[in-house]
Amino acid sequence: MSALKNANDASSASSASSSKATTTTNPASKVWRLPKDIDTDNLAPGAYMKLPVSEIAKHTLESIRQEFASSVKAGDVIVAGPNFGIGSSREQAAGVLVELGVLAVIAPSFSGLFFRNAFNLGLLLLTCEHAELIEEGEHILIKQETKDDPLLGKHHHFWLECEKQKNLQCSSIPDFLMQMIEHGGLMNVLKSKISKASTSLL
Amino acid sequence: MTYATRSDMGVKGTHTPKPQTLAQKLIAKSAGVDTVSTGDIVTARVDLAMFHDSSGPRRLKPMLDSLGAKIWDTSKVVLVLDHYVPASDAQSKQIVQITRDTAKEWRLKNVIDSEGICHVVLPERGHLKPGMFCVGGDSHSPTGGAFGTYMFGIGATEMLGVIVTGEIWVQVPQTLFMNWSGQLSRGVCAKDMMLHMIARLGMNGGAYQAVEFVGPAVRALSMQERMTLSNMSAELGSQVGLIAPDQITIDYLRNTRADLTDEWCGQALAHWYSDPESQGVRYEFDASTLSPQVAAPHSPANSAPIESYGRERFNVAYIGACTGAKLEDLRAAAKILKGRKVASGLKLLVAPASAREQQVAKEEGVIKCLEDAGATLLANSCGACAGYGFNFQEHDRVISSTARNFKARMGPASVDVFLASAYTVAASALKGELCDPREYL
Repeated sequence: MSALKNANDASSASSASSSKATTTTNPASKVWRLPKDIDTDNLAPGAYMKLPVSEIAKHTLESIRQEFASSVKAGDVIVAGPNFGIGSSREQAAGVLVELGVLAVIAPSFSGLFFRNAFNLGLLLLTCEHAELIEEGEHILIKQETKDDPLLGKHHHFWLECEKQKNLQCSSIPDFLMQMIEHGGLMNVLKSKISKASTSLL
Repeated sequence: MTYATRSDMGVKGTHTPKPQTLAQKLIAKSAGVDTVSTGDIVTARVDLAMFHDSSGPRRLKPMLDSLGAKIWDTSKVVLVLDHYVPASDAQSKQIVQITRDTAKEWRLKNVIDSEGICHVVLPERGHLKPGMFCVGGDSHSPTGGAFGTYMFGIGATEMLGVIVTGEIWVQVPQTLFMNWSGQLSRGVCAKDMMLHMIARLGMNGGAYQAVEFVGPAVRALSMQERMTLSNMSAELGSQVGLIAPDQITIDYLRNTRADLTDEWCGQALAHWYSDPESQGVRYEFDASTLSPQVAAPHSPANSAPIESYGRERFNVAYIGACTGAKLEDLRAAAKILKGRKVASGLKLLVAPASAREQQVAKEEGVIKCLEDAGATLLANSCGACAGYGFNFQEHDRVISSTARNFKARMGPASVDVFLASAYTVAASALKGELCDPREYL
């Protein structure tokens, strides 16, 4: 089950949906393949929580994949098994991935708390039932289409084009969450709301 | 999964109010509407926001300052210092200092400093009651659900959004009813129920939906035991872990706050429950056949009945955390340890979850039982459970009453942590190896 119960079925069934142009989010991204149940202590180990995110990031996944933090490149993606991000509310678990330039995490399911934190920090999470078909080192494209639906409102439909798998469908994401990705997180959304509010008062 | 067999019995053509789960009623109230439907995304007004020294001021202040914004209502904020206290090194001291300085600058009215763990001191100080919608800057915030409060954990940036706007979005969850029939045996408690549920559903089996604990075995639990169920909803991966209020809830609340009228209590009991016709997924459990449960490293979902384990030796036994060191847990441990000594070569560490509860335990003679048996008392804080300060050492083998045994959480990756109830931890401390507490009861 997706952390956000999603509307994929409803959106594809709705004939009233109007689609906008398809966009590709990324040049082909390299895949780091991780197992299921990646927890927040794997991502942001408790012993380093006193430090700023830039320092915690050096220890990301060191308990299971020691070379990750030093070798991951901006634009790479993580593809993992179910239950990614279980554990603590520490948002640094998502923050370190943003810090390291990870473009997106793709998994069959996420911890709900991690899901919220990731979008709040501008990290794209894609819930993909068949994510585990994707292999280590593959290069994948993330494709996106914006839809307007009379019931669901504006939302974003995602699918993946991989070297070995084509057209892997992901759960769609409501527009208010994609706004966070586009703005680089909730902080920037709040900033723009506050500046709009103060402009409208002038 | 089996879907509820109860269906909406409303007669077609007549107006019947839409049956609502407890979760739906709580969200509807906070969103200012009569009813909500599963899947709706709504904006909720927040009645209380709790954060601590790790998730709180040190992260919130720079963001709040850069926005040039103010806290929407300081009377609705509770700050607890529990993660980095007592400060053991320069960095911890700095974090604690920033927290205290910011509390003054923000003129926070509710600050609980080094007096216990947030999820325990919050209800202890009367901050929670049925019908409230609350957020906490900590993953064990679902503990509040034991009081009929819709409470869940959020990260620091989302907390910033809450303290600036007083609002948060929530998607109305489905309710997973955990129905416990029967009666627990001696030496078996809420912690065992929870480990069993996590083993059955998995650590994300709650799928960020609402869990509601129901049935006679839940009704029979004290408030503190109910808090253990709601607390470990976090390890089930649900957003909240609710228990509808009853007379036990009201009695607890009346001990913590004087302002609850008979009329208010009556209304709370008459409204905050799941309508019998409301829809959800139902899981059935039998308390009568439940044994003490133990979770092997490195996941709470690795739980199994104690009978299924072979010999497991330990050099540390830890009774701590909001999950496993409340007054009831201390009493449970004392029942086992009274008049006995822990095994030689084993360290028994006890970090009571709150200073007030520790005082009660002292008055009851519980603390003396623990100390006479050889326990070392630690501060009323998160301690080794958070892994932020005091940690276990290389190759320690630990049995612990806490909530999580992730690899490298409570010390180096070579540490093995087994999770169990305070009863089982105490019994194992006596033997120096995994031991069924029923041997001592």
